[in-house]
Amino acid sequence: MAYIYGRDEIKGFVHSLESFGLVDGPGVRFVVFMQGCFLRCKYCHNPETWAGSGSAWTAKQLFDKAWRFRAYWKSNGGITVSGGEPLLQMGFLTEFFRLAKKKGVHTAIDTAGQPFAKSEPWLSGFDDLMKLTDLVILDLKQWDCEKHRELTGMGNDNIKEMARYLSDMGKPMWIRRVLVPGLTDGEDDLRATAEFISSLKTVERVEVLPYHAFGVPSWEKLGLEYALKDVKAPTDEQVARAEEMLNVSAYHK
Amino acid sequence: MINFSQWDGFEGRLWQEEVNTRDFIQKNYKPYDGDESFLAPATEATDKLWGELQRLQKEERKKGGVLDMDTDIVSSLTSHAPGYINESMKDLEAVVGLQTDKPLKRAFMPYGGIRMAEQACTTHGYTPSPELHEIFTKYHRTHNDAVFMAYTPEMMKCRHSHVITGLPDTYGRGRIVGDYRRVALYGVDFLIEQKLKDHANCGDGTMTEEIIRLREEIAMQVAALKDMKKMAASYGYDISEPAANAKEAVQWLYFGYLSAIKTQNGAAMSVGRISTFLDIYIERDLENGTLTEQEAQELIDHLVMKFRMVRFARIPSYNMLFSGDPVWATLEVGGIGMDGRSMVTKNDYRFLHTLENMGPSPEPNLTVLYSSDLPDSFKKYAAFISITTSSIQYENDDVMKPVWGDDYSICCCVSATQTGKEMQFFGARANLAKCLTYAINGGVDEMTFEQIGPKYAPITSEYLDYDEVIDKYLLMMDWLAGVYVNALNLIHYMHDKYYYEAAEMALIDTDVRRTFATGIAGFSHVVDSISAIKYAKVRTVRNEDGYVVDYEVEGDFPRYGNDDDRADDIALWLLRTFLDKIKKYHTYRNSEPSTSILTITSNVVYGKYTGALPDGRKSGEPFSPGANPSYGAEQSGLLASLNSVAKLPYEWALDGISNTQTISPAALGHNDSERKENLVQVMDGYFDQGAHHLNVNVFGTEKLIDAMEHPEKEEYANFTIRVSGYAVKFINLTKQQQLDVIARTCHKIM
Repeated sequence: MAYIYGRDEIKGFVHSLESFGLVDGPGVRFVVFMQGCFLRCKYCHNPETWAGSGSAWTAKQLFDKAWRFRAYWKSNGGITVSGGEPLLQMGFLTEFFRLAKKKGVHTAIDTAGQPFAKSEPWLSGFDDLMKLTDLVILDLKQWDCEKHRELTGMGNDNIKEMARYLSDMGKPMWIRRVLVPGLTDGEDDLRATAEFISSLKTVERVEVLPYHAFGVPSWEKLGLEYALKDVKAPTDEQVARAEEMLNVSAYHK
Repeated sequence: MINFSQWDGFEGRLWQEEVNTRDFIQKNYKPYDGDESFLAPATEATDKLWGELQRLQKEERKKGGVLDMDTDIVSSLTSHAPGYINESMKDLEAVVGLQTDKPLKRAFMPYGGIRMAEQACTTHGYTPSPELHEIFTKYHRTHNDAVFMAYTPEMMKCRHSHVITGLPDTYGRGRIVGDYRRVALYGVDFLIEQKLKDHANCGDGTMTEEIIRLREEIAMQVAALKDMKKMAASYGYDISEPAANAKEAVQWLYFGYLSAIKTQNGAAMSVGRISTFLDIYIERDLENGTLTEQEAQELIDHLVMKFRMVRFARIPSYNMLFSGDPVWATLEVGGIGMDGRSMVTKNDYRFLHTLENMGPSPEPNLTVLYSSDLPDSFKKYAAFISITTSSIQYENDDVMKPVWGDDYSICCCVSATQTGKEMQFFGARANLAKCLTYAINGGVDEMTFEQIGPKYAPITSEYLDYDEVIDKYLLMMDWLAGVYVNALNLIHYMHDKYYYEAAEMALIDTDVRRTFATGIAGFSHVVDSISAIKYAKVRTVRNEDGYVVDYEVEGDFPRYGNDDDRADDIALWLLRTFLDKIKKYHTYRNSEPSTSILTITSNVVYGKYTGALPDGRKSGEPFSPGANPSYGAEQSGLLASLNSVAKLPYEWALDGISNTQTISPAALGHNDSERKENLVQVMDGYFDQGAHHLNVNVFGTEKLIDAMEHPEKEEYANFTIRVSGYAVKFINLTKQQQLDVIARTCHKIM
C-alpha cells in the first residue's frame, strides 16, 4: 500500500497536555508541552522535556483533542504551545495552527526564542508560522549574553533579534522573566532588559515569574545534579521590586 | 376566590384559587440583572449576634463537638419553651426560633431509633432518661426496631459487609422539603382548610389499605399544622393568617422550617428555593418605603444565622460516614424560569452576601442553579464568592429544569425535587466496586471471606478475561440491586409507619409524587478496573484458599478522567446498566426509581471496607468521591477531567452526579478579575455540555496542611471547604478525611 505523504503526516512530539491553562496566554487555554529543547536552564522545572522523544501526534489528532475544550474558551481562550522549545518543531506547529485558525481559535506560542535565525529556509518557515500565530510569549531570561550562556548554555543575541523582528512585524508579545534571586535579578540586568522592552512596539504584558523549586524531583529522577539547591524562592518584596524595575504595570493588557 | 388584605399589591389569580406558590412567584417576581453594588453591610445587631454565635460555636468545639443536649424531653413542635441566641440580646433577633430552648442544644429524637438517640447522649457524656427508655422499648416501637424485625438475613449480611452502606435505618430519612413558603403566603388556617378538604375528599368510602393510610396521614398533617401555630404563638406570633410584610414572611417561613427540624433528624433537612419568593415581599416593602436595603439584608442575615445553628444528636458511626456535622440545610439561588426570564433577584445576591457579612460557612448549603444564560454580573459575583469563601456549589439548571420545572428545590446535597409536589425515598449506596470483587470471588467477601452474595461460580483463571468478568458482574449486580431496592422498600415502609414527617408533608400537596433514589459508590474504580481488564492484562493474586485478594496490572490502560472515550464509554455503560437493574424491581408506594453518583465524605468509609481492585487501588484506600475520577488518574488537567464527568447523562442519574474540584488561586488567573472571569468560563463550558454539578474550592494545599496542623488558629475557625455535595468546616473533619482531601488537592499548574 502506497503512503501519501500529505501535510498532516508531519508528526509532532509532545511531552504532555494540560487542558486547564489559565496563565499561559489570555483566558482558558489548552496547553501543549512539546518535547525537546537545546537550552539547559539551571532552574528548568521540566528537564524531562529536553530530550527529543515524547509521544507522536499528527496535527489533526492533536487539534481534535484540543477542540474538545472549545466550550471553555469563549471569546478570549484558545491554544498555547509551550515546551520544551516549540520552535524546534515549526513545521508541525504550522500545520497544527492552520487547523486552529480555520476554526477561529486564538493561538499562542510560549518560547525562549533559542532556535531563531535570520537565515533561510528557517526564517520563511517562521514567517509562515507567525501568520497563524496570534501571540508570542517570549522568555527574556537574562540580558547579558555571557550571563545568559552561563545560565542556559547558550547566548541570547538571536533571542533579542527575534524580539525586535516580532516587534517590527507587529506581532503582539508577552515578555516573561523568571526571577531567580542572585541569578536573574541583578539591577543592571533588569534595567537593561526594561529599556529593551520599552523599545519594542508590540509588548502587551510583562510578567515576573517567581522561581520555585518544584522541578527538583524531575532532576533527581533523571539523575541530574541540580545546581540551584541552595537558592530560595524570591520574597514578595523581591518580586515587587523586579516588577517595578521592569515597569510591569505600564504594559498591562 | 379568597382574598387577604396581606396580599395587596400582588398580581395573579391561580395562586389565590389554590395552593400554588410557583404561580405566585412567576406572577410577582422582578428579575435583577444589575451588579452587587446595592448590597448593605452587616448591621450592628448582626455583628453582635454573630459574635455571640461564634463564641458559642467555639465553646461547642471545645466540648468535643456538642454544646448541650436534651436527655428527658422528646422533641416535638410544642415540647420546648422559646429559645434565643442570647436572652439578653433577644430584641436584636430579627428572626426568632430555636430547635430547643437554648442555642446549639441538641434535641432528643427517639422515633428514628431509641438506641441511637441514647447512644448519642452517652457518647457525649449525657445520661438519657430511663423513663423514656421504658416508653420507647416497652410501649412504643421506633423505626429502627421495626426495620430490624423485618430485615432478611441477606439484608443484614449486606449491611454488615458494607456492600450496601448508609441505609437510613437508625435515624430520620430526611430529603423531604416542605414548601415552607406556603406558611408565609397563605397562613396556617388556610392550609388546614385545604387539608381538611383533601381529607373529606379522600377515597369513595371503600377502605383500601391505601385510603386508610392516607386518611390517617392527612389527619396527622392537620394536627401538625395546629401545633405549628402553637409553637409560633409561644414566640409571640400568630401565623394563622398570611404574612403581611417581608419581616413576617421571613419569620412565617422560618417557623415552617423550624417545625421540620424540631420533629425530624433527617440526614438532609433542606430549606428549599426561598430566595426569589422572599424577594417579592422585600420589593413590596422597599417600594412602600417600609423597609430599607439595610433592613432587608439584616433579615436575610438573621435567617441564615438560624440555618447555621441547626444541630442534631448523632452517633459516632454516623459522624464517620458524614463528617463535619452536616445537616444539608440546602438553599437555592439563581435559575431560569420556564418562560426564559432569569429568576435571579436582588435577594439571591443578599443570600450570597451573607458569606461576606458573616464569613464563610458550610450551612446553609448555598446552591447556585446555574445556566450560562444567567445574568453576567450574577455569574461573576457567584464566582467571586466561590473564590473568596469556597462555600457554594453549582448545579445545572439547564438539565434539571426540563425534568423538574422551575420551582424545584435541592432536597439533599445535590438532588432535585419539585417543591411542595414531591417527596423522596432515598438511602445508602450500592458499593459497585465490592460487587465486582464478589463477581470474581463467587459472592465471597474479599476482606472477611464470608459468603455474602449468592454462591455463583468464581473466576479461577490467573488472568482476568473481559467477557467472563462482565458476565459474572452483571449477574452479581442484578442480585445486589434486588437486595438494595428491597431493603429500601422495607425501610421506607417502616419510616412512614413509625416516623412519619407530618409537619413537612403538611406543606406538600396531598396528591404527592414519590421518587425512589438509589446511589452508587466506587464508580470511578469500577470504570478503571474494567478498563484495565479490557485494555491491559490483569493478573490475579490469590490467598492460600484461592480467593483473589490483589491484582497486578501489566501494561497501560485508559482511565476515566482524561476525556478519553475508551474509558468514559465504560462509565456510561456502568451507570446505564445499574439504573436498568434498579428499575426492574418493585419500588415502595409506586415511587419512580432513579440513581445517583454522589458519595459524600462517605467515600472514605466505603473505601475502608473494600479490598484491592483491578485498577491498582489498594485495599482500604478511600474511593474517589461522587463521580470524581480516581486520584492520580487525571493526566491532562481539570478540563479533561470535567469533560469526562460531563459525558454522564443527567437523565440516567436523576438523583445527581456530584463532582468536587479544587483549584489553586495562582492557577486560576493572574489577578482577581481574571480569576472571576476564568471561573465563569470554566463553569459555562462544563455546564453547557450538560454536566450536572460542580463543587468549587479555591485554595492551595499549603493552606489545608496548615489548617490540619494548626486547627486552633483563628483564621481556620470557619475555614470552609466543599466536599462532594456539601460543605464542611475543614477542622471538623476526621484526620483521615483531612488527609484524603489533601491528597486530592489540587489542580494546579507548575
